[in-house]
Amino acid sequence: MRGNFSTITKMFSAGVLAAGLLTAPAKAADDTIKVGILHSLSGTMAISETTLKDVMLMLIEEQNAKGGLLGKKLEAVVVDPASNWPLFAEKARELISKDKVAAVFGCWTSVSRKSVLPVFSELDNILFYPVQYEGEESERNVFYTGAAPNQQAIPAVDYLMSEDGGSVKRWVLEGTDYVYPRTTNKILEAYLKAKGVPAEDIMVNYTPFGFSDWQTEVSAIKKFGSAGKKTAVVSTVNGDANVPFYKELGNQGIKAEDIPVMAFSVGEEELAGLDTGPLVGHLAAWNYFESIDTPENKKFIDDWHKFIKNDKRTTNDPMEAHYIGFNMWVKAVEKAGTTDPDKVIDAMVGVSVPNLTGGYSTMMPNHHITKPVLIGEIQADGQFETVSQTPGLVMGDEWSDYLPDSKDLISDWRAPLACGNFNVATGKCGGKGTN
Amino acid sequence: MILIRAIGLTLLLVMASLLPSSAAEADLRAVIAKFATAANFSATEAVVRELAATSDPAVEPPLSALADGNLYIRKADSQVFVGKDAGDGIDLLDPLSGEKAASAAKTDLTKIKVNNGLRRVIRDALGTLTLRATDPAVRIAAAATMFKTPDAANIEPLDAAIAAETDASVKALFEQARAASLLVSDRPEADKLSAIALIAARGDRDAVSLLTSVEANSQGAVKDAASSAIATINSTLALWDAGQNIWYGISLGSVLLLAAIGLAITFGVMGVINMAHGEMVMLGAYTTFVVQQVIRTSFPGLFDWSLVIALPLAFLVTAFVGLAIERGVIRFLYGRPLETLLATWGVSLILQQAVRTIFGPTNQEVGNPSWMSGSFDIGQLAITWNRLWILVFALLVFGVLLYVMKRTPWGLRMRAVTANRRMAASMGIRTPWVDALTFALGSGIAGIAGVALSQIDNVSPNLGRGYIIDSFMVVVFGGVGNLWGTLVGAFSLGIVNKFLEPYAGAVLGKIVVLVLIILFIQKRPRGLFALKGRAVEA
Amino acid sequence: MIAQRLFGGDRRIAITVLILLAAAVLVPLLNLAVSPASAFYVPSYIVALVGKYLCYALLALALDLVWGYCGILSLGHGAFFALGGYAMGMYLMRQIGSRGVYGNPILPDFMVFLNYKELPWFWYGFDHFWFAALMVLAVPGLLAFVFGWFAFRSRVTGVYLSIITQAMTYALLLAFFRNDMGFGGNNGLTDFKDILGFNVQADATRSALFAASAMTLALAVLLTSAIVRSKYGKLLMAVRDAESRTRFLGWRAENVKLFAFTVSAIMAGIAGALYVPQVGIINPGEFEPSNSIEVVIWAAVGGRGTILGPIVGALLVNAGKSWFTGVLPEFWLFALGGLFVAVTLLLPKGIVGMWDSWRGKARALRAASLAAEAGSDPQEPQPKIVRSAARTPGSWSASGPEPQPAE
Repeated sequence: MRGNFSTITKMFSAGVLAAGLLTAPAKAADDTIKVGILHSLSGTMAISETTLKDVMLMLIEEQNAKGGLLGKKLEAVVVDPASNWPLFAEKARELISKDKVAAVFGCWTSVSRKSVLPVFSELDNILFYPVQYEGEESERNVFYTGAAPNQQAIPAVDYLMSEDGGSVKRWVLEGTDYVYPRTTNKILEAYLKAKGVPAEDIMVNYTPFGFSDWQTEVSAIKKFGSAGKKTAVVSTVNGDANVPFYKELGNQGIKAEDIPVMAFSVGEEELAGLDTGPLVGHLAAWNYFESIDTPENKKFIDDWHKFIKNDKRTTNDPMEAHYIGFNMWVKAVEKAGTTDPDKVIDAMVGVSVPNLTGGYSTMMPNHHITKPVLIGEIQADGQFETVSQTPGLVMGDEWSDYLPDSKDLISDWRAPLACGNFNVATGKCGGKGTN
Repeated sequence: MILIRAIGLTLLLVMASLLPSSAAEADLRAVIAKFATAANFSATEAVVRELAATSDPAVEPPLSALADGNLYIRKADSQVFVGKDAGDGIDLLDPLSGEKAASAAKTDLTKIKVNNGLRRVIRDALGTLTLRATDPAVRIAAAATMFKTPDAANIEPLDAAIAAETDASVKALFEQARAASLLVSDRPEADKLSAIALIAARGDRDAVSLLTSVEANSQGAVKDAASSAIATINSTLALWDAGQNIWYGISLGSVLLLAAIGLAITFGVMGVINMAHGEMVMLGAYTTFVVQQVIRTSFPGLFDWSLVIALPLAFLVTAFVGLAIERGVIRFLYGRPLETLLATWGVSLILQQAVRTIFGPTNQEVGNPSWMSGSFDIGQLAITWNRLWILVFALLVFGVLLYVMKRTPWGLRMRAVTANRRMAASMGIRTPWVDALTFALGSGIAGIAGVALSQIDNVSPNLGRGYIIDSFMVVVFGGVGNLWGTLVGAFSLGIVNKFLEPYAGAVLGKIVVLVLIILFIQKRPRGLFALKGRAVEA
Repeated sequence: MIAQRLFGGDRRIAITVLILLAAAVLVPLLNLAVSPASAFYVPSYIVALVGKYLCYALLALALDLVWGYCGILSLGHGAFFALGGYAMGMYLMRQIGSRGVYGNPILPDFMVFLNYKELPWFWYGFDHFWFAALMVLAVPGLLAFVFGWFAFRSRVTGVYLSIITQAMTYALLLAFFRNDMGFGGNNGLTDFKDILGFNVQADATRSALFAASAMTLALAVLLTSAIVRSKYGKLLMAVRDAESRTRFLGWRAENVKLFAFTVSAIMAGIAGALYVPQVGIINPGEFEPSNSIEVVIWAAVGGRGTILGPIVGALLVNAGKSWFTGVLPEFWLFALGGLFVAVTLLLPKGIVGMWDSWRGKARALRAASLAAEAGSDPQEPQPKIVRSAARTPGSWSASGPEPQPAE
């Protein structure tokens, strides 16, 4: 029993130690600038987010090799919010209050971003959000480096409607039941109807997260597609559910030539878990593909392989978003001459940095960036081949023009407007107003 | 374009024997060379159509290569070749003769890009070109393509092909394709009506699809015939749909059975609330991944055997891990079943994180061997091979397990120990070893379930979490401690779920199933097949 | 001996309640009145963090009432917690008023962009705090009552009960994930502004919520100890230890269980309601079956069948989690998993239970040596380790444990 007692004492002292470390004020290290990385390293989202943590570490290491920032070294502070949304808020608070980071790069899901938003506006810090999302949001403290719906969904549908894309007349909107697919599909439905597609030619279906038995859904798509009109699937199916979805598509013999599937959440990383042989020709819309042939991209991929010590690892769109976001932040800090979030937020607008697809991305006053939109077809080697590209850069549109309640809203964070939801119809900041 | 193709075809049929083949070949080469200068998809498409218009079967290899993305242009001299992957470089084959001409590094070549539209054009073109192919499978594919893309110009080549065809089943397909093309032509109404009858006899979705567009584009008797044919087909298809749902349900049931059957032993028979069960399934899937990795790098020829090789390995790996868990943790917890829940939960966290650390958090690619890819039809039922094999496999595992438990001395000991541990010990059974081996057996079976599940699901560290709740539901619903209960439970939950899904949607369907389980347990508090006797109430 | 233990228990409860009340006064004071430069200053994020832990502690205590004292292992207590949280979240959503991004005075933002034309009926009334507060108690309570009424009447026990409670929380998880349900789907309810007219983000509000959590927990401790020390509490433990025997003695075991289950669910609901304004979000993730399992683990780590145990367990495990996820982001799951295994193997009665038995043994030894000195033979030189408090509930294996735990 004495042994047990010593265990108890150990347990207690560990607890006390933990509490002590929690409350201990962060050591004030003036010679470094801290950068927070808030990506899940465990739980369901680790599959996507861990890569983003690694790419951030790489970018920070490279910046330090270049001599750091403002004469100081950058220091990454990595925490694990464990795919638990309230934990995201807690960890964000810890990064800002305890570690005193200058900016945070993080989040993947919409709900994690929603969870941390109040923390960032309360404590006035900066979040760089690298994932394509549903829009309908513009916050002073957040910079959205992923695509808004008009930078992904609308050009993708335009492509499918064009002759090159197969002049699609009938649409299946298949998605995971959460806010991004819901909103994207709402926008697309309104857009398609505005283009004259009758309601009976649109089928909308939602499945739960991590759904793995797609037999019924895929055969419903097959059935819907046998109405004598060219049919396409627009998929906003999320993460884990994609692999079984594509496996079922392949096995039930749905070929891209007959019913192409256009995905918004399937990138190189997701395809790495699949035998893409039967999927050749299915599509995805992103702002970056690993197969893009530019010197910047080649260097990025080489650096990545060297950093991760595995030349089989792929790169993807959210990684490019962090690349752009990080470089923009560095530039804005240099411009402002300080890491003070208030000054950096003001300095960010208008900052322009090279992206990996051979152009420049610029931070717009609505805290979204300009990007090219690429449509790619899946190849047998798990890469995408660009089959279409918007002629110029597309500016992220936070308030969709196709939703009745947001079409009058704009966002402009520059003084004197400094408003995220300015209503051009009423001339007031603060949404639709009471009318 | 159609006209050119038709004329070209007739001309060629007449002149094929007259012209020296070298002249035709030179012409073809001249056309193929144009690929090198085609700047965009529409230019490439024009070249494809020009090639197709020659109606020379010799253009089949370069066109197939193009569709598969294997047609290359050598940067140095803009020559067009069919590429064949040869390890470090690419072998360049002559596009017409197929003989190896040279080899080159990937960087010296430009791939001719294709998109879905181009692939479709090539497929249509190949359809007409391959009607006379010697391989019946190719002819069947050609007929299927031509059925889906009816064109009045197809009637004549199809007539010729029908006349020459000897295989009755292929001939029937040709006739259907001809009927489809006839419906879009300006032939007399009587011909069209008989064509509709012929197509209606197919009775599948493709027929509905075709007839729907005919219905929309015609008037009078043809339109009426098409609508009534659609109505008839749809009513039979509704019946087939019910059958399809049952099949989906059985298939889902087999997945549930596989996932739950190991748990039926560790939890059902031994009473260990094994929260690490899902992680055993995951380890089995990762074993498959490792086996396939080794095969891919060292023995590519064995790929079709990868699952067969992975099965025993997965069993051994997970059984060993199970043994270690039993000896290291669970053996201290017998008689305290709810504490096994806590300890195994901890173990599951550790295993998950260990896999994440070793293999990385991302999905790993586990390929389907050829015999598990694709599907076949029984009537209007589409049955995918992988689902069928998983069903067979699940039943096989169940059968073997039942045999082991009921007919072997080891199974007897296992049952004796779980029924009355002290009595069994007094009879000379080494109960600790029986415990350890039983747990290892349950874990091993979870491992081989992982091999099967790797074929239809993600192979990621989270794989197990997705199955653990369903597995517990199945075992509890069927009755703890009864293997037959697990079998019946898995299949009934699977079928109910799949029957609800088309009406209620995937989410509501699952909610309804859960509520039904809760209600069912009220009615039968010990599951479907309750164990009787004193051991139950304690 | 028994009287002594009761006295000891009493003193312990009094101390716990005092500590909680002291924290409720001191922490806000140190946060608000002390300058941030001072060594005694408690930073705001610690207030929020510990406030959250206290809600978890309340949840663990609620679970312990049914598990530790009544032998019902509920794997669905997270559902009651989340339902209480949603009721509070709905009130907070209505308080946003026209400050949402679309400025709609009635509809929350998520309803605006999902094209809701009017408020669904079940959102009526939540603009009043009293109504929301009532729902915090009523919804989890009612669900527990109905669920328990059926389950206990049908004599669903042991692992079957655990699994159907898990099925319940899983079904609710899936239901709340559906955007059509009108609870905001996966994003849940967030972006709260005011509670009772005070800004949720303000330090003063946060401190007030912390104080409220600490005082509620203190109340719950008093309530639980009152319940378990009453005659009814004896009955509770009788049902836990030998349900059939209790029934044969003429007691209605199902009613005994139903009362405990309902009270416990209401406590969990209150915990959820206090939790939501402090973390600023409630979403279906709280229904996740793994969350409910974690609650069981807190109670087990601290020591089930004790009142202090679940509180200690919840505080320690969560503090450990917060610490590990920051210090060892890549490896914290090893540490957490290892902790669970180690606690079950080495501390089967949890930290508090182990402390008790060590104290009991030490006292017995002292008594024995005293008796030896006095020259008289002690009646019970080796008093049996007090097991009743921590005996395994619901063990259905009739045969005794063969390989003994390494105690």
